[in-house]
Amino acid sequence: MSTQKEVLVDPIFNNNPIALQVLGICSALAVTISMSQTLVMCAAVIFVTTMSNVAVSLVRNRVPTSIRIIVQMTIIASLVIVVDQVLQAVAYDISKSLSVFVGLIITNCIVMGRAEAFAMQNGPYLSALDGFGNALGYSVILIGVALIREPLGSGTFMGYEIMPTVSNGGWYYTNGMLLLSPSAFFIIGLFIWAIRAWKPEQVEEAEYEIAPNEQYQEAI
Amino acid sequence: MEHFLSIFVRAVFIENMALTFFLGMCTFIAISKKISTAIGLGIAVVVVLAITVPVNNLIFNLLLREGALAWAGFPEVDLSFLGFLSYIGVIAAMVQILEMVLDRYVPALYNALGVFLPLITVNCAILGASLIMVEQDQTFAESVVFGLGAGVGWALAITALAGVREKLKYSDVPDGLRGLGITFISVGLLSLCFMSFGGIDI
Amino acid sequence: MSSFDKDSLSNTFIVAIGICLVCSIVVSGIAVALKPTQQANKLLDQKQNILRAAGLLGQDSNVDDQGRNVDELFAEFDVRVVDLDSGEYRDDLDPDSFDPIRAAKDPDMSRPLSDSEDPATLRRRENASIVYIKRSEGEIDKVVIPVRGYGLWGTLFGYLALDSDLQTISGLGFYSHKETPGLGGEVDNSSWKASWPGTQLYNDQGEPDVRLVKRRSPAGSTAAQYEIDALSGATFTTRGVENLVNFWTGEMGFGPYLKRLKASA
Repeated sequence: MSTQKEVLVDPIFNNNPIALQVLGICSALAVTISMSQTLVMCAAVIFVTTMSNVAVSLVRNRVPTSIRIIVQMTIIASLVIVVDQVLQAVAYDISKSLSVFVGLIITNCIVMGRAEAFAMQNGPYLSALDGFGNALGYSVILIGVALIREPLGSGTFMGYEIMPTVSNGGWYYTNGMLLLSPSAFFIIGLFIWAIRAWKPEQVEEAEYEIAPNEQYQEAI
Repeated sequence: MEHFLSIFVRAVFIENMALTFFLGMCTFIAISKKISTAIGLGIAVVVVLAITVPVNNLIFNLLLREGALAWAGFPEVDLSFLGFLSYIGVIAAMVQILEMVLDRYVPALYNALGVFLPLITVNCAILGASLIMVEQDQTFAESVVFGLGAGVGWALAITALAGVREKLKYSDVPDGLRGLGITFISVGLLSLCFMSFGGIDI
Repeated sequence: MSSFDKDSLSNTFIVAIGICLVCSIVVSGIAVALKPTQQANKLLDQKQNILRAAGLLGQDSNVDDQGRNVDELFAEFDVRVVDLDSGEYRDDLDPDSFDPIRAAKDPDMSRPLSDSEDPATLRRRENASIVYIKRSEGEIDKVVIPVRGYGLWGTLFGYLALDSDLQTISGLGFYSHKETPGLGGEVDNSSWKASWPGTQLYNDQGEPDVRLVKRRSPAGSTAAQYEIDALSGATFTTRGVENLVNFWTGEMGFGPYLKRLKASA
């Protein structure tokens, strides 16, 4: 039986949803051009994952197997609608730029994945920790990517200019590519490399051993 | 006619679901190890999108949008906030029905697709396509073409990535990048390539 | 521990209905409770966009230099619905609830545009739109019109503000677009936006002739007054901006209305 601390802390680096489980990637790309957008997204995902894990865990003994996926989805979708409505009322500007992505939290594989894999088999408190931990792991990666993309891509941080850009009369030539989504892929790929250098147990097995080159003598 | 061709081409190349909007990434990266499985999933996605986007269009325009319920005598009602729930419900139901239909009438295809069908329900590309259709306020005919195009685009992208990954198997990738890491970088490069379609107008 | 069968038919129904009820009540409750706040936010946002395009409100602030807030500043505007073909006001449509962009999709309230009439790639044009007129001491001070047009990745939506002579541009601001950040996205750059006030709109033939150019004509020449710097590396966006500004101030847009307004002033 995992300890509570393990459940909470494991998903941050040992079993990171994005870097190892390959979940929740879609939203990590477009929202990370701005730190404030990223923080709102992370908060939304943390809220939804934790609450949905708790809700699913509370009903896990009553829900018939045949409809369990749909029940999970209904709970998750309802929570996401609540978050979306609250965002529109409280932070309208941010909700405009996050528009499609808040809705996509419903299909964010992390939420569904944890509900099915953990919350259906464990009690509410542990499920809450698991949901929180996984969402935290997701947030760590997202914040890391945003930390690179916003300052280097537009010279700002949280909207405040920290490096005056050339188009605003300063000295910093903004790296426009960092504002495009492919750069998020590159950055995440490099993060994965860094995490696996730190924790070699995550490195994947090579499918083919490349045989040593025995014919190089002819080239010399 | 040109208008529909334009929507189709846009959805396949210029606004590719996987490489421009980055929807459906999880299954995109997880299932692209072999070309044959990638094609199988791609076809399943095309079928599901071609059905769910038009159905969701009907639901939005006849039931949910502001003033839609005028035919039932409730012209003031705006149920658009129920959008997410309805679309995902439709998608889950469609996938379930498709599974049952295939199992009954085309068992060969059902066996070939196997585990992918349930996997599609949580593919954010499916929900994302419906959400984009709502945001662009498409007509029914437009949504049919868009659904088809979006599916074909996603299928094209995953097959392309599978091709790349099959070649990468024989490369000497650094340990930490092997597998997932190099795949991410490849997807980044692929999406940069697809950006060159930007601005093309049919 | 009773022999509760969670897979029984009756339990399936009970759980299904129960979950639906609970979720619907929670979701609907929150939606209904928050709707007024959301509407207010949307309205405030729109007013801010209009004021910012007219240069009356700073990009990042909610109050102007004299501390007046959005509602106070907007109260000075007269909001009217205008028929685009005739240039006359339409009093049968309520300016507070009329949405020109929605109307453009309604076959009763709009018309399709042929390719030759459609440089901004709008496809359909609404028959009536909204103008925002600011008067001071009874005289027209500024006129703001909604404009939109296709760039590279999508439609740019914004407002164009004109000075009292209806010939000089007072400002142009886009509140929604999908252009590439750093390239077409530079439509939001404050220095570029600052180059718009003072630009002349109509040439000697009475047609809108704003041009976005790579190299400006000599300073002080007539041609230079109609020119704005193009956006580096953003050919499509630049062309889109030029087309949409000229479209909406021309014959197919607010041209007839602005002509009528100028004549009556």
